[in-house]
Amino acid sequence: MRTPKLPHIRPSEITAERYFRMRRGLLASALGLAGASLIPASGRAAPGAPAATPAAGAAALRYTRNPHFVAVDKPNTYEEITGYNNFYEFGIDKTDPAANAGSLRTRPWSLTIAGEAEVTGRYNLEDILKAHPLEERIYRHRCVEGWSMVIPWVGFPLGDLLKRFRPTSRAKFVEFTTLLDPQQMPGQRRGVLDWPYVEGLRIDEAMNPLALMVVGVYGRELPNQNGAPLRVHLPWKYGFKSGKSIVRIRFSARQPRTTWPAAWPDEYGFYANVNPNVDHPRWSQATERRIGEGLFAPRHPTEMFNGYGEQVASLYQGLDLRRNF
Amino acid sequence: MISQADQRYRFVYKPLLFLACSVPLAWVLAAVCNLTIGTHLPAPGLGVDPVRRMLGIFGHSALNLLLVTLCVSPLRVLTGNARLLRLRRMLGVWAFTYALLHFLTYVGPFQGFSWSAIVKDLVKRPYITIGFTALLMLLALAITSTNGWMRRLRRHWQSLHRLVYVATALGVWHYWWQVKKDIREPLLYAALATMLLGWRLWRRQRDALRAARAAPRAAPRAAPPASVPATSNSALPTAPERT
Repeated sequence: MRTPKLPHIRPSEITAERYFRMRRGLLASALGLAGASLIPASGRAAPGAPAATPAAGAAALRYTRNPHFVAVDKPNTYEEITGYNNFYEFGIDKTDPAANAGSLRTRPWSLTIAGEAEVTGRYNLEDILKAHPLEERIYRHRCVEGWSMVIPWVGFPLGDLLKRFRPTSRAKFVEFTTLLDPQQMPGQRRGVLDWPYVEGLRIDEAMNPLALMVVGVYGRELPNQNGAPLRVHLPWKYGFKSGKSIVRIRFSARQPRTTWPAAWPDEYGFYANVNPNVDHPRWSQATERRIGEGLFAPRHPTEMFNGYGEQVASLYQGLDLRRNF
Repeated sequence: MISQADQRYRFVYKPLLFLACSVPLAWVLAAVCNLTIGTHLPAPGLGVDPVRRMLGIFGHSALNLLLVTLCVSPLRVLTGNARLLRLRRMLGVWAFTYALLHFLTYVGPFQGFSWSAIVKDLVKRPYITIGFTALLMLLALAITSTNGWMRRLRRHWQSLHRLVYVATALGVWHYWWQVKKDIREPLLYAALATMLLGWRLWRRQRDALRAARAAPRAAPRAAPPASVPATSNSALPTAPERT
């Protein structure tokens, strides 16, 4: 099979969105809550970095800090972010991924682009990443289970990547498939879910500047348990929407059959937007527990679209979010 | 006259069992002290999400101890050692204690004492309703577990304490219902509970058949045999055996 040459990204394609205005972020900067002391910028180590020091093993990344996405809340520590994960490919318990993800080999890694796009084929991940300048964005992460974290991701806009493959007008959805390899992913030896894990978005959701392709956390390469070497993060959606260890991106005309809704259609929907007004059948989504705040911290009220409504609410105009949960 | 075996139960086995039952609580307490007031007690810690871990430890301990409590009668029959029954009350009360701690962890650290959210959960979430029902049952059993209540309730005591089967079943159901996808563990609990209950039903059936065969002209429904403590030399009255 002939693989077309990987198209270069035009700078004009990125910059317009890179400086996408975010009132929350601007407000935070104005208040001086940038959390700058916590976060190393431009690849420099922060002087006297506190408890959140990443493991020495992970390679440092070169990136800039996106001033529009800085911390309003205190970011979780590296230990919390990398030690408490839902990544069933490595086991069911929250501590399983950190314990078992060592068997995943992230190099070399290839990414297949398929479906309704002008450019498809199989690419070496390093070749793909070269074109994308990395930035740090501090995002709130809300799990469908009712807990949340604040995470300084390093990545680039998902849309920047997708546009390079020139999706056709038939591409209404985009699907992300996680690696399927029970040798490397011991959790896949059991049929807890229908492997491989598949997630998907409407194409306009994927192109929203908030959607982030993630390659690192706390200024370092992503640890395996967080979805190395390439994962999505969609801060306005519940965590399970963000596919990890992605090997395949497919543009499609039809809504993809995604893993959790397929397994449990009455509990997990395709959209999975964070919504305090639509409860999970078995628990309330009105509030959340912020991991790392200790035993007697009060719960936080959950915000519509996890507080990112200004950026994404327009995507869902006219859509009944109670039915399309 | 207290036999040596009785003394061993009173002064060795029972205290040891008490200690064993308190291990999960001691672990959590030590870890909570380390977390909140910065002590350096030797405890394995509660991980990144201590609240969730505490819910799990207390909930599992309650279920485990309920199943162990239900094992006492079969073990007595298997070994012929009636003294085992003297350990049962302690096991049962510890099971209740852990169920209560599980609930208190839910009320305080998990829900942050938000009573409106708690009441909503109790009404709207069936798995919480059944868990709470099980807790109330265990509360009734714990209160009436004393010698005084045993005397006062007489034969009703035994009927009342059959609620332990219902509470165990509800507890397993409560666990099963809130597991997201991997049902191996709740399945194991359900299997064990079914076995323990099945054994009792099987014995009842067998005894009833035997009684019917032995006295064909007697009333068809034989009353359950009045339970007589097998060791009458005990200083403490032994709980009547439930089968």
